[in-house]
Amino acid sequence: MLTVDPITKGIVLDHIRAGNGIKIFERLDLREVEYPVALVMNVPSNKMGRKDIIKISDTLALDLTLLGLLDPDITVSYIDGGNVTEKVKIGLPERVEDLIECKNPRCISSYERHGQSVFILVDKSRKEYQCFYCGERVRV
Amino acid sequence: MNAAKKSGRHFVDSLDLSPPEYRSLFNLANQIEENPSKHVSRCGGKLMATLFYEPSTRTRLSFEAAMMRLGGQVLSVSDVATSSVAKGESLADTIRTVGGYADLIVVRHPREGAARLAAMYSPVPLINGGDGAREHPSQTLTDLFTIRTFKGRLDDLTVAFCGDLRYGRTVHSLLRALARRSDIRFVLISPEELRLPNSIKDDVASSGSNAEIQESASMEDGLRQCDVLYMTRIQKERFFNEEDYIKLRDTYILTPEKMKQAKKDAIVMHPLPRVTEISQEVDTDERAIYFQQSRLGMLVRMALILHLLEET
Repeated sequence: MLTVDPITKGIVLDHIRAGNGIKIFERLDLREVEYPVALVMNVPSNKMGRKDIIKISDTLALDLTLLGLLDPDITVSYIDGGNVTEKVKIGLPERVEDLIECKNPRCISSYERHGQSVFILVDKSRKEYQCFYCGERVRV
Repeated sequence: MNAAKKSGRHFVDSLDLSPPEYRSLFNLANQIEENPSKHVSRCGGKLMATLFYEPSTRTRLSFEAAMMRLGGQVLSVSDVATSSVAKGESLADTIRTVGGYADLIVVRHPREGAARLAAMYSPVPLINGGDGAREHPSQTLTDLFTIRTFKGRLDDLTVAFCGDLRYGRTVHSLLRALARRSDIRFVLISPEELRLPNSIKDDVASSGSNAEIQESASMEDGLRQCDVLYMTRIQKERFFNEEDYIKLRDTYILTPEKMKQAKKDAIVMHPLPRVTEISQEVDTDERAIYFQQSRLGMLVRMALILHLLEET
C-alpha cells in the first residue's frame, strides 16, 4: 500500500471520484506551485470503491465553486498543527459565475461586455443549471 | 423624483408579479377605464424613457400613450441600435445613463436576457418590452387582462397556442404565467421546426404546475376544444435564412371556414402585428378580439406604470 505522509498545515481534498484527481490537479494549477503537493490516485475506498486524494501543504484560497462543479462529492479538510480544523463537503454550488458558458447564441451574456455569465442550480439530482439571463438549461 | 434610489422593482419576467399583484393591476385598469379623468395627472412631472433596440410600433406606442394619458412625459429613442450601439456603448452603460434622466425605463432588445441584465444596472424601475425570443411580460399582462375581461376567469381554461412557439416570446411569457393557475390545459399547435423550447416546458414542470400540455401539428385539434385561441405570427426576423421562413410562413391560416369548428364562446387573440396567419374575413367574427386586446393593453400598462412608480 502506497503511503503519503500526513501534512501538518494545509488542505486535503478527499473523496474525489477516481480519475477526477488529475483534472482537479490541473484546474487548480498545482503543477506550478513550489510547496509540496501529493496526488494519490485509485485509493481503495469502502464508500466509493476507488477514489483520488490531493494533499496540499499550503493554505491557498480554494475556489470551492469550481471544485463543486468539477466534483460535488469532494470533502475538503483544512489542517493546522496536524489536526483537522474544518471539514467541508462541497456539494453543487447554488450559483456559478463566469465558469459555465451559455450555449444559447442569442443570449445577452455572449454579446454584452458587462454580461458576466451567471448560472443558477435548478435541479440538483440532474445537476442542471439555468442561465440567469436567458433561461437556457445545461447539465454539468 | 428619482424612484431608483428608493427601490429596484422591475418587470422583466412574467413571473415577477404574483397572481394577487396581477389581479390588483387588472382592478386598477378597470378603474382607469371607468373614470379616466381621475387619473390624468397621476404621473405629472414624471419621465419615462423607451429604448428600443428592435423595431416596434404597438408596444412602444402603447407604453407612450399610457404614460401620456397619466400626465407623464416620454423620452423616446427608437434607433438606439444605430446611435449609442454604433459608438460601441454597452447596454449596461446606456441604462445607467438613461436612468439618470428618467423615472422609468422600457427596453426592448433582440438578445435573450437583455432586460434582466439591464435591470441589474438600472437605477430606476425597468420594464422588459421584449427580449429576443425569451420574454414579453407586458404583453402577458395585456393577454391575461384580455382573457379575464372576455372569459371572466383565468382558471379552468383550455388555451391553444398556434404558430411560432419556438421564437414567440409572447407565448413563452403567457404560458409560464398561465401555468400558475388552476385547471389549465395547453394545446400547442406548431410545425415541428417551431415547437415550444424544452426550457419553457422544463420551467413549467419544475414550477409544480399541474397544467396539461398537449402538442399537435393540427390546427383543427386545438380549435375544437379551446376556450382561447392564441395565434402568432411566424417571425421573419428570428430566422437566420429566408428560405426556412418562407417554407413555414403559411403553415397555419385561420379562416372563417376553420372558425366554424371553434366553440361559440371561444376567443381569438393575437399579439399583433398580424401578417397572413388570420385572414381579414375573420375580423368581423365577434370571437376575434385582437384589436380590443390591443386597447386593453394600453389600459393595463397604465396600471403597471402607476404600480412601479408609486411603489418606489
